Amino acid sequence: MAEKSQKKEKIPRQPMPEQEPDVRRRNFNEVPLGYTPELAMKEAERCLQCKKPSCMEGCPVSVDIPEFIRLIKEEKFTEAIRKIWAKNSLPAVCGRVCPQEIQCEGKCILGKKDKPVAIGNLERFAADWEREHGEGDLPQKAEPTGKKVAVVGSGPSGLTVAGDLILKGHDVTVFEAFHKPGGVLVYGIPEFRLPKEIVFSEVNFLERLGVKVECNVVVGRTVTLDELFEQGYDAIYIGVGAGLPRFLNIPGENLIGIYSANEYLTRANLMKAYLFPDYDTPIAIGKDVAVFGAGNVAMDAARTAMRLGADRVRIIYRRSREEMPARAEEIHHAEQEGIEFYLLTAPTRFLGDEKGRVVGMECLKMELGEPDESGRRRPVPIEGSEFKMDCDLAVIAVGAAANPLLTQSTPDLKLNKWGYIIADEETGKTTKKGVWAGGDIVTGQATVILAMGAGRLASDSIHKYLTLGW
Amino acid sequence: MFEILKRQEMADGTVVLNEISAPLIAKKAKPGQFVILKANETGERIPLTMAETDPKKGTITIIYQVVGKSTALFKSLQVGDKYQDVIGPLGTPTHLEKVGTVACVGGGTGVAVLHPITRGLKELGNHVIAIIGARTKDLLILEDKMKAASHDLRVCTDDGSYGHHGFVTDVLKEVLEKEDVKLVVGIGPVPMMKFVSKLTAEYGVKTLVSLNAIMVDGTGMCGCCRVSVGGKTKFACVDGPEFDGHQVDFDELAQRLDAYKEEEKRAYEKYLHECKLS
Ligand SMILES: Cc1cc2nc3c(=O)[nH]c(=O)nc-3n(C[C@H](O)[C@H](O)[C@H](O)COP(=O)(O)OP(=O)(O)OC[C@H]3O[C@@H](n4cnc5c(N)ncnc54)[C@H](O)[C@@H]3O)c2cc1C
Ligand SMILES: Cc1cc2nc3c(=O)[nH]c(=O)nc-3n(C[C@H](O)[C@H](O)[C@H](O)COP(=O)(O)OP(=O)(O)OC[C@H]3O[C@@H](n4cnc5c(N)ncnc54)[C@H](O)[C@@H]3O)c2cc1C
Ligand code: SF4
Ligand code: SF4
Ligand code: FES
Repeated sequence: MAEKSQKKEKIPRQPMPEQEPDVRRRNFNEVPLGYTPELAMKEAERCLQCKKPSCMEGCPVSVDIPEFIRLIKEEKFTEAIRKIWAKNSLPAVCGRVCPQEIQCEGKCILGKKDKPVAIGNLERFAADWEREHGEGDLPQKAEPTGKKVAVVGSGPSGLTVAGDLILKGHDVTVFEAFHKPGGVLVYGIPEFRLPKEIVFSEVNFLERLGVKVECNVVVGRTVTLDELFEQGYDAIYIGVGAGLPRFLNIPGENLIGIYSANEYLTRANLMKAYLFPDYDTPIAIGKDVAVFGAGNVAMDAARTAMRLGADRVRIIYRRSREEMPARAEEIHHAEQEGIEFYLLTAPTRFLGDEKGRVVGMECLKMELGEPDESGRRRPVPIEGSEFKMDCDLAVIAVGAAANPLLTQSTPDLKLNKWGYIIADEETGKTTKKGVWAGGDIVTGQATVILAMGAGRLASDSIHKYLTLGW
Repeated sequence: MFEILKRQEMADGTVVLNEISAPLIAKKAKPGQFVILKANETGERIPLTMAETDPKKGTITIIYQVVGKSTALFKSLQVGDKYQDVIGPLGTPTHLEKVGTVACVGGGTGVAVLHPITRGLKELGNHVIAIIGARTKDLLILEDKMKAASHDLRVCTDDGSYGHHGFVTDVLKEVLEKEDVKLVVGIGPVPMMKFVSKLTAEYGVKTLVSLNAIMVDGTGMCGCCRVSVGGKTKFACVDGPEFDGHQVDFDELAQRLDAYKEEEKRAYEKYLHECKLS
């Protein structure tokens, strides 16, 4: 055993082929190009096929990692993707956007001495291979139950519920406020990280299974939850995400050229403003761009600004590098593309010209003090450290909150003090009979896989309710 | 898909009316609410107020002024054509109540937005004085409808080609002097709403205005539509579009409406050029 593993460690982690930084920083094509079958099989060989695979503990939906990797190694790609699908219905998405370094790969035993197995890259490979070469045969559906389920919101959470319940024989309709389904996967995460074709192909797959997708329906406005029950729906799942932008609440924030990340990314992604004027929605092209925050959203905004033609893009963050919440790969890619990082810096006000356009900002230097509730050291302003910086475009990416649009129209749905829906952790049940909730609208902005995990738990509970009762 | 069932040009073809099939929205819409429309795959999301709704027929009516690329594209749509996307009803409905005498002041296409509110106020038993204006006679819209929706209609044109020669604010001032007006509703171009609010502030009369901030989603998700009201930032699409005119920072709104001036010009010119070619 010891001998065998020594031999295996000799294969180095197979790097993912990528577009060169100098080229990709000016286009919207996907950055990592994907493994070839040869690379994938070689990488798969590195896995030790652990008896007690610690990698699986790190995966929120317990994908059978050693098994799907073994199948890839044996060139059984279709079997590999089937294995993944058993736990994860959006592997092409998760392989690309999961924070693997703190989940599956972070727990991989190989990571102790060497680099962990590239689980995310392999998952992506299997999904892409199936999309491009697979037969496209549909899984078996259970006999129709005659029960109707409404899913509100078409993000990863809602799509998971829809996929699970259609297979169990229920009649499922997804209602989406935007004109296209996919949630953050479509309006937030940029094309160069997650091509929209992949998301639409996942939605298309659900539609082929029989899921109905109704866009342009703002639940709470176009129709209320109670009206859905009156229309004959037996159960409702709410997966509306955390769609309320946070601002810095400092003077000058309404100057022209200051965007919330939601607006900036929605214009660029969903509305395809990077193709203006072939697409009609405009977006401001900044030459000297400041992005506030250091999560995935901030990295996406910064890299989008670079691709739209900025000369210079800065990430401005009030804590230090260690606390940056973005995926390691996003930070690495951003740095390679020439994004600059201004850490321990906080803006205090924006400066504008006579036309109301932003021209700069005033900032303070920070130092780290005592840990706060989140366990991270609290940034404290250094007195007298004010300084000015120029910028002609600013994107605020300091987090999201709960959008009250739906919850205000449903007074019998209990919320916590931040406005998120209270739902049972095990089942997703809310305080309103027949209504479940999960994903970002319950947890606050988290991750794709956690939103899907919540959807999976809820769909099990909904199925029980529809067959056994509340 | 949202089919156009009726189409009518007004004000010399600068303003167009569409009656659109949208049963779900028609059933729920209330005065003061708007929809967002997108004509086709590459189109922009454009907010327009519902000037009328017919829940039985399942239709909504929009009346829009052709000012740029997207509204020009809308104008090219004929009866039987479809909007790819219509989303709504959005925004907080107007709070209508009986207060006594009210003055409803509309300028330009603002009259289309004002009309259902005026009618609602009359139906509740208010004494309604309506004042509508346009640059010139040919650009005036909905005169008949406003006449029916009010007790007393006054019309003005900037150039004196019809009705009172002058601005709606001149006529409003006369009305405020003579009548015990309890509420003013002012809807039109930003400068008009600004001056109406300035005037009514002098008389201490409560004033509602409807803000046409630039929007994307219309559901409070992007913050594009933020406006300053009483020193606080509000989202016009969910907190409004109606606000207390005495609290609104109109200068900021006017500036923010110019955010994409250059891009809009480019897009419109490209569109007109392509229309000529085909
Ligand atoms: C820019 C960005 C980058 C990110 N990067 C990553 C990443 O790399 N990795 C990762 O794991 N996570 C990432 N995340 C977080 C992740 O995308 C979210 O946690 C996840 O999408 C949440 O899924 P959800 O299904 O709960 O909601 P969402 O994806 O937010 O979907 C909710 C859907 O509901 C719709 N909706 C809202 N209100 C209504 C209503 N009233 N009626 C009908 N429909 C409604 C919305 O339009 C939306 O389509 C990122 C988030 C953003 C914004
Ligand atoms: C709640 C609301 C209700 C409205 N109701 C009506 C109505 O009933 N009738 C009517 O004629 N107009 C109405 N408008 C204004 C209408 O939306 C704009 O005239 C239209 O968007 C112009 O688009 P365009 O491409 O033709 O012109 P552009 O050349 O793009 O722009 C012309 C002007 O319209 C504004 N504008 C551009 N894009 C948007 C956008 N996405 N959202 C809002 N404004 C924008 C700009 O400030 C610009 O000054 C309303 C606006 C709002 C916010
Ligand atoms: S779903 Fe995410 S965490 Fe789980 S194995 Fe796949 S990439 Fe890793
Ligand atoms: S922990 Fe690493 S080596 Fe072990 S089974 Fe999982 S991926 Fe393979
Ligand atoms: S239009 Fe996006 S928040 Fe109002």
